[in-house]
This record gives sequence, structure tokens and C-alpha cells, in this order.
Amino acid sequence: MSEHTAVDKYSGYHASMKSYVTGFFLSVLLTATPFWLVMAKVLPTPGVTALVVLGFAAVQIVVHMVYFLHMNARVEGGWSMLALLFTAVLVLIMLAGSIWVMYNLNTSMMPVHDMTQMRLMP
Amino acid sequence: MQISPSLATIDAVRFYDDGAHHPQQGTLLGFWIYLMSDCLIFAVLFAVYAVLGRSFAAGPAGADLFDLPMVAVNTGLLLFSSVTFGLAMIGMQHGHKKAVLSWLPVTAVLGTAFVGLELYEFSHLIAEGAGPQRSAFLSSFFTLVGTHGLHVTFGIIWLVTLMLQVYKLGLTSENQRRLMCLSMFWHFLDVIWIGVFTFVYLMGVLA
Repeated sequence: MSEHTAVDKYSGYHASMKSYVTGFFLSVLLTATPFWLVMAKVLPTPGVTALVVLGFAAVQIVVHMVYFLHMNARVEGGWSMLALLFTAVLVLIMLAGSIWVMYNLNTSMMPVHDMTQMRLMP
Repeated sequence: MQISPSLATIDAVRFYDDGAHHPQQGTLLGFWIYLMSDCLIFAVLFAVYAVLGRSFAAGPAGADLFDLPMVAVNTGLLLFSSVTFGLAMIGMQHGHKKAVLSWLPVTAVLGTAFVGLELYEFSHLIAEGAGPQRSAFLSSFFTLVGTHGLHVTFGIIWLVTLMLQVYKLGLTSENQRRLMCLSMFWHFLDVIWIGVFTFVYLMGVLA
């Protein structure tokens, strides 16, 4: 295509009006809905709302990756996608691991008043 | 000729080299990998917030502090700035210097409004006595949101620099490469913001 420039010809990144418009409308929808869900308290419990809102965020991240960052398996011969997946795995392990470990650490901690009594123990 | 079989062998060995190798390819992939490492920084800060986000130290909680309509406006500003940056990139692909030089300032203004609103929120919180030293929750909140805001600030500085570069030198292949990198950076920050407004603001108000 004639509109391809030196950069996107070599890298595989290519921006198009269609992808930006699609991405924009999807993003508006995926942003406005969670704000509405939280502000209007639509769903019965906060727990359910939190899960739904997190789901919306996950979808919107994918939408941004595809339509704004033009991410696909062909960019840079697949190396960008590989780096992205590797990072996603690391982030998942780190987030889940930290939350899990620290939550357990908190529940395993003795309450404060027990600790003061422990000082008096032999 | 005896060369052709050896060439065929080389082609087979260089599986990923489609002959389109160019120094620019390296920059964009390298920049992407930098963004992935930046993503890890944010992941750590998100993990810290996840761990400390409920340690209020008898101070205010997210539900008492966060102003969701303002966060919605901020989110809109950043989303619009992503789209206007996209329009600048489309202008660049068509070789329209004028389009690039009109959409980049719009992006910069939207980005500045975002940072300005965030600074207003921070100063408001600090004035209310909900500064970063108030509780572990607020420390992690200011660190996470502040790091994102700092990234956007540097993005704006970079953007203004590139505007001058394009204005003076035109859409040279170097400038195109730089614009591609900044475009990735800008969209990446919008992705991080999705995590911030969902995990920090929306879920903070819920709890």
C-alpha cells in the first residue's frame, strides 16, 4: 500500500482510522459501564460488582492492546507478542503470589493483645 | 550454480529473518521490551496497593476520599488523548506534517489537563489531611497514582520535544520512529490507567 511508511513497513505496526474508531467506541462502552455500575449501585452486592468491574477492565486492556497498540502475533515477527505474554505471566505470578502470601501472613499474625502477653511469658 | 543450495540453507536457518531487517525494527522491539519492564514496575506498585490498600490506620478510606465523577473526567481525557495521538499517527502514515502538528498539541493539552486534574486531586487530599504519610493505604495510593502521573508528565515533555523536531526537520524516518515509540508509550499509559481507575478508584469506593 502506498500509505505504508518506512517504519510500519519494517515493523508490522500499522494504524488505521477504522481501528482507532472501533477501539474508541469499545473503550467508551467498557469505561462508562463500570463507572455506572459502581456509582448507581446497580448490582446486589459490592463483591459481585467488583468482579464484574475487573472483568470489564480485563476486556478493555485487550481492546487497547489490539486497537490502539496494534498488537498481534505478526508484529516484529511475533517477538512483541512473546514479550507481552511473558510479562503477563510474570505479572500474574507476582500479583497473585503477593496477595496470597500477604493475606496468609496477615491471618497468621497473632492479634496485638496476644503479643503483649507474650512478652510476659518466660 | 553452487551458491543457490547454500542460500537456501541460509534462508532455512534464518527463520525469523524475512530479509526486511532494518535498524528501526530493533528500536521498536526494544522500546516494546522497555514498556514491558515498565509494566513490571506498575505490577509491583499494584501488588503493594493490593496488600496495603486496606490498612487505613483509622484514617479515611477510599470511599470517603475518591470523587468518582472527577476520575471519570480524567479517564475520558486520557482516552481522548489516546485517540488524538492515533489521529496524529494516521497523519504521519499519510505523510501529512500539518495533521501531525495539529493533533500532537491537542494530545499534549489533553495530557496536561489530565496531570493538572490529578495534581488538583492530590493537593485537595493533602489539604484534607489525607496525604501520603497518613496511612499505608494513602502511601501506596500516592505512589501508584503518582508514578503513573509522572510517566504522563514525561510523556508530555517528550511529546513537546517531538513536536519541535517534526516542525523543524519534518517527518524524517528518525522522527517517524520516535513518534512510533512515543505512541506506544502513550497508549501503554492509557492501559495502565485502566488498571488504576478500576482497581484503585472503583473498587476503593466499593469496599
